[in-house]
Amino acid sequence: MAAFFLLAPLAVYPVFLMKAMCFALFACAFNLLIGFGGLLSFGHAMFLGTAGYAAAHAAKVWAFPPEFAILFGTAAAAGLGLVTGLLAIRRQGIYFAMITLALSQMVYFFYLQAAFTHGEDGIQAVPRGTLFGFIDLANVWAMYFTVFTIFLAGFVLIYRVIHSPFGQVLKAIRENEQRAISLGYDINRYKLLAYVLSATLAGLAGATKALVFQLASLTDAHWSMSGEVVLMTLLGGLGTVFGPVAGAFIIISLETYLAQLGAWVTIVQGIIFVICVLTFRRGVIGELGNWLKKPL
Amino acid sequence: MTEIFGVPTQALFGQLLIGLINGSFYALLSLGLAVIFGLLNIINFTHGAQYMMGAFVAYLLANKAGMGYWWSLAIVPLAVGVTGVVIERLMLSRLYKLDHLYGLLLTFGLALIIQGLFRNEYGTSGLPYSMPEQLSGGRNLGFMFLPNYRAWVIVASLVTCIVTWFVIERTKLGSYLRAATENPALVQAFGINVPRMITLTYGFGVALAALAGVMAAPIYQVSPQMGADLIIVVFAVVVIGGMGSIMGSILTGFGLGLVEGLTKVFYPEASNTVIFVIMAIVLMIKPAGLFGTQK
Repeated sequence: MAAFFLLAPLAVYPVFLMKAMCFALFACAFNLLIGFGGLLSFGHAMFLGTAGYAAAHAAKVWAFPPEFAILFGTAAAAGLGLVTGLLAIRRQGIYFAMITLALSQMVYFFYLQAAFTHGEDGIQAVPRGTLFGFIDLANVWAMYFTVFTIFLAGFVLIYRVIHSPFGQVLKAIRENEQRAISLGYDINRYKLLAYVLSATLAGLAGATKALVFQLASLTDAHWSMSGEVVLMTLLGGLGTVFGPVAGAFIIISLETYLAQLGAWVTIVQGIIFVICVLTFRRGVIGELGNWLKKPL
Repeated sequence: MTEIFGVPTQALFGQLLIGLINGSFYALLSLGLAVIFGLLNIINFTHGAQYMMGAFVAYLLANKAGMGYWWSLAIVPLAVGVTGVVIERLMLSRLYKLDHLYGLLLTFGLALIIQGLFRNEYGTSGLPYSMPEQLSGGRNLGFMFLPNYRAWVIVASLVTCIVTWFVIERTKLGSYLRAATENPALVQAFGINVPRMITLTYGFGVALAALAGVMAAPIYQVSPQMGADLIIVVFAVVVIGGMGSIMGSILTGFGLGLVEGLTKVFYPEASNTVIFVIMAIVLMIKPAGLFGTQK
């Protein structure tokens, strides 16, 4: 996978690939929560949007250098994750999904009215700045490899979390919560930690995306963005490691290359959703892993 | 012009009326959601799209078939209810053995498809629907001016909600439904056709959404987007009222509509978010919802 992303920009438009990587990180963060934690959060857009706005504001208004802007955006998303997590973890399953959805809608309406976000216009012309003082990010290649490094770092972090004792306990909680409690694990702390981790990495994706496109807008905080990340993860394969990356890539390609068809993109996304839920539940990578007889 | 709390009475009661109307739509829609969730344990994300379909079918009946509002009130819920039955038979019934979240995802996908199709056909700007002549005009009540159609909406939704509540909570059919919610296998062993009941319940919930859509057509513009943002607020209403409770959704629907109306008078910037803030508070104090029981 690393080789693919290293070589791909020679053939494909780099900004498209950067967008795909940001959404892939977003989907991987989401998958950490649902694939391994068993918690469907329908409000992940609030982390993407919050981090985007925070990073854009820091870079543009406070003139932070890009590494600090991204860190600030990620920290903002982590903070929001902690607050909303404390509220949402109390319930499970469908209730959890609805609560996260409503909380994300509350955050969306706040951003719609807050002065610093400029409402529908968004924060535009966010400067990319110079990384560490000497790498000028206006150069597409510099930006590309920065985004690639961030994506790889986030992905490796998620991989390590999944294959750690913490990840195993998370899977145990997903499979049988009562038994995990009886074994003595404090499940609320584990779930909250997974939630905040997922929020932080989603924030990392959002902050990076704001710098790539030099724009932070309301679409990133709208609930349809939450629906999109669910679609990407579902299509790629819930609970697989590479699934969200593949799913994000497919959906972003769909959106980019079918954009002239207008409303048909929504219809196609809906059809993919329906087909995946009814017959294709393992997702692309899941089916591939099943065929190859090894977990992917 | 008299003033209450520094707000003119006309403005206050005008906003309360709008709040009550919003509340009647919230109540009708959350009633449909609560009925569907109570029996099928599925969050029907398509509810907003079915509400929109109701309004559109009414619009099409008026423009293509020349049938007026009263015909639509009778035909549209049946027509959209039938589509609901088809969806349930073909798709939802396969998901009952799985995690309930798949039902949410399926209905979300269906909502995307339906909304996309209508947006493709009709664009995003609204289409007009004329009010029936028997209900147009209004009467002056002294402290405010009451449009007749608004009064009709409030009365009709109250009646529908109470009739539905009565059927579910006080009749034999309702008791079969409630028994099937608790233990479908046992109820089926007694000889009651549970799958057919489930299908018809889903159809009924969808019909309620379509009825709300027809009633909304003359007041709100008929547009493909009309269900999309409304449905999230209705979810919050259902969570506050308690997910399986019928009376809970009716009362919270009307109540929250009033609260939203009041907020618009005194602190308009918060009117969008006040329902979600209330939801957060209710979840901290009573996670099962105001009228719900811990499952």
